[in-house]
Amino acid sequence: MSDTRIDLLAGRLRDRIGAAHVLTDPAQVRTYACDGLATVRVQPAVVVLAAGRDDVVAAVRLCAQAGVPFVARGSGTGLSGGAVPVADGVLVVLSRLRRVLSVDPDNARVEVEPGVVNLWVTREAAPHGQAYAPDPSSQQVCSIGGNVAENAGGAHCLKYGFTVNHVTGAEVVLPDGEVVHLGGTAPEHPGYDLLGAFVGSEGTLGVATRVTLRTVQAPETVRTLLLGYRTVEGAAGTVSDIIAAGIVPAAVEMMDALAIEAAEAAVRCGYPEGAAAVLVVELDGPAAEVAEQFEQVVRLATARAAFETRVARDAAERDLIWKGRKSAFAAVGRISPAYYVQDGVIPRTRLPEILTEIGRLADAAGIRVANVFHAGDGNLHPLILFDDTVPGAEAAAEDLGSAILDLCVDAGGSITGEHGVGVEKKAKMARQFTADDLDTMHRLRCAFDPAGLANPGKLFPTPRLCGERPGVRTADDPGRDPALGEVF
Amino acid sequence: MGGAPRTPPPAIAGPDTARARPESVAETAELLRGTSGTVVPVGAGTKTGWAAPPTSCDLLLRTGGLCRITEYLPGDLVVVAEAGVPLAALQECLADHGQMLALDPPEPDATLGGIVSANASGPRRLRYGTVRDLLIGVTVVLADGTVARAGGKVVKNVAGYDLGKLYTGAHGSLGVVVSTTWRLHPRQPARATVTVPVHDSAQAGRYAALLARSTLTPTAAELKWDAAAPGGELVVLFESTAASVRAQARDTVALLGAGRVADALPGWFGHRPEGDLVLRLAYEPFALPRVLDVLGALDGRPSGAPGPHGTFSACTGVAYAAVPAGTGLAELRAALTPYDGSAVVLAAAGPARGAAEHWGPTGDAFPLMTRVKDRFDPERRLSPGRLLGGL
Repeated sequence: MSDTRIDLLAGRLRDRIGAAHVLTDPAQVRTYACDGLATVRVQPAVVVLAAGRDDVVAAVRLCAQAGVPFVARGSGTGLSGGAVPVADGVLVVLSRLRRVLSVDPDNARVEVEPGVVNLWVTREAAPHGQAYAPDPSSQQVCSIGGNVAENAGGAHCLKYGFTVNHVTGAEVVLPDGEVVHLGGTAPEHPGYDLLGAFVGSEGTLGVATRVTLRTVQAPETVRTLLLGYRTVEGAAGTVSDIIAAGIVPAAVEMMDALAIEAAEAAVRCGYPEGAAAVLVVELDGPAAEVAEQFEQVVRLATARAAFETRVARDAAERDLIWKGRKSAFAAVGRISPAYYVQDGVIPRTRLPEILTEIGRLADAAGIRVANVFHAGDGNLHPLILFDDTVPGAEAAAEDLGSAILDLCVDAGGSITGEHGVGVEKKAKMARQFTADDLDTMHRLRCAFDPAGLANPGKLFPTPRLCGERPGVRTADDPGRDPALGEVF
Repeated sequence: MGGAPRTPPPAIAGPDTARARPESVAETAELLRGTSGTVVPVGAGTKTGWAAPPTSCDLLLRTGGLCRITEYLPGDLVVVAEAGVPLAALQECLADHGQMLALDPPEPDATLGGIVSANASGPRRLRYGTVRDLLIGVTVVLADGTVARAGGKVVKNVAGYDLGKLYTGAHGSLGVVVSTTWRLHPRQPARATVTVPVHDSAQAGRYAALLARSTLTPTAAELKWDAAAPGGELVVLFESTAASVRAQARDTVALLGAGRVADALPGWFGHRPEGDLVLRLAYEPFALPRVLDVLGALDGRPSGAPGPHGTFSACTGVAYAAVPAGTGLAELRAALTPYDGSAVVLAAAGPARGAAEHWGPTGDAFPLMTRVKDRFDPERRLSPGRLLGGL
């Protein structure tokens, strides 16, 4: 890409959006070189700090006209590099689009701009006895736009589902600058469920500028239980027993000894000493149902030799139990100079054997792994510890992470449960899907973005062009040089 | 439910239509690779009226031969089953392990592929959602014979585009659904119902709002409504532990200030109404009383014919209504617009209706839907003309 072309585009962006909100100075732009995956850094040519939908439309349209790729960014907390910029491209930052547009408790809808922080939605809904269910651990900072792009989950999605189950509508700027409305405030809109496909598309199909979310009634009762075990098998067995008993808890989280040690060091959450594993089990719903199921869970845990059963007596104790779990990622920084967060999914019933195998791989590599996971849905978050001052340590950690993902795929699971593919795992997509599977996904990409300008170089394992297919009507597609496709 | 006799689903095939019933995914792929004509997939044929009639059908592809439950992992609450498996057969298998697929569309014999393709659901959508909330993996055969999978066998999975959403409700126009993977739920041990008479639309709206804003967790809340009366009854269903359903039923009576507690479901529960023109209505949940008023104001009813009637899934914004054959759909749709509403034809007596009348107006995403269709089925060979806007 020639400098003059970018300069020209930057000039047009300044004219349209205002010089103060179009950054090209390398010192300013550097701030945006990475997201939560700090190991991958790419400096964008231009950063646009959009103030509203019109700025996003203008930026995307100008990029499309110039054939320059763009990446949308929310709070930048993503862990797979989904918001890593393109070197010769434009980064559209959405943090200033942070208006809550409407709160409609009667219809259980909240409409927001994409820069609105996840937790703010619950804050808006709370006075009406409602909540926004998806609760990623980063919920105090992560944005709804990013949640939509990644189909964010969280501890409570075991019972309540993911972002995709709580988005009813979105206004989307397509990669050519056209604005479309997918879904709405009512369910079951006629036509293809493009909204369902858009959620989780990692910014490769367009940019959401308004999102309508579904809120849920806050439950009558919430009970939170911390269980300590001498063996990982005891904890994993309890999870299986709970599911087999026909109970769907709001959350079932597990941490192993190393993760407990880190959490203790960081936040003094008072988890049972000497535990090889702890489970955090939360039940919510009508009082009678929760009371009955709670007794059942305690019985099942006791049968699996839980040596400590601690019940949160009030909100403060509940928060403390969760604090240990929710701060576990950051806490690992206390026991290791650096670490690498992995995200894989296995069928829940295979937890014990996969954990044993992860331990075996870690020992063989001479690397420590702390395990924190959403045990209820088999979503593992191995935290791979390494010393980044040791040459080759980071690469060894990544190799171990890759081997763990292979285990997940071979067990019938997935390479990502909630962090997304991004740049981090795109090569692994070919491990989980066939070439035909990926080609078919790419057809959707081409329908939305024939020029390949929206967040190129993510999600798909190899760069690919859309090309023309015999019989395809292209009247709606602006003519473009196919060489400008995903080669960036 | 009373009313006019059931309108049989329209025939898809014409006199020159060839028929095939492949018995495996590979055979399905072979079949599609080997033809250049138009193909319309059907399962048990229970919902063929739910989409506009195809503009061409050279080959009717019956999925009944794809009838294996491929993999069932009770401990993981996941099942993989081919498209031609009847839902009832699957439920029977799952019940042995105290589990279920939490979908309850009433059409007898309906197959999994047909349920996905028509996006069919029933009263329990209130608690469990619809196909889009339960389908975690899918395999389709595209028009060119490509076999493509999306999703997986674990509930939590964000790898790649979730194409299952795209095929849901697509009526076979993007690919032939050949295999489905589902998230399952435990069957609940006990049931209680609360039945309340409803005398006018405002009362229906009040009851629905009270339920929606309570901490009760009903599995379903179905309103049977006859606009001519006007009136009907609301049945609130609880399925949970014995103590919980008892307590919730009692609390419901207190909340609504009325109601009779029982454990049986009324005969009409979950059935779609029958008549000359049956519609699926969708609207903002809180608009229920307004939608009831819109139906009440419909005219064009020949004397002696039943008035608009139907079942309304309270708190979800979905309803099935039988309206007089002469109902002006454009006017009805316009009346629902303030509530983000839609009205889709499910059954119509008389001459076949084209896509426009069947689905209603297309939104601003229609050009994009057209581009999706053109990428998945560039020669427009799969279920041509059945979808919104004639896709």
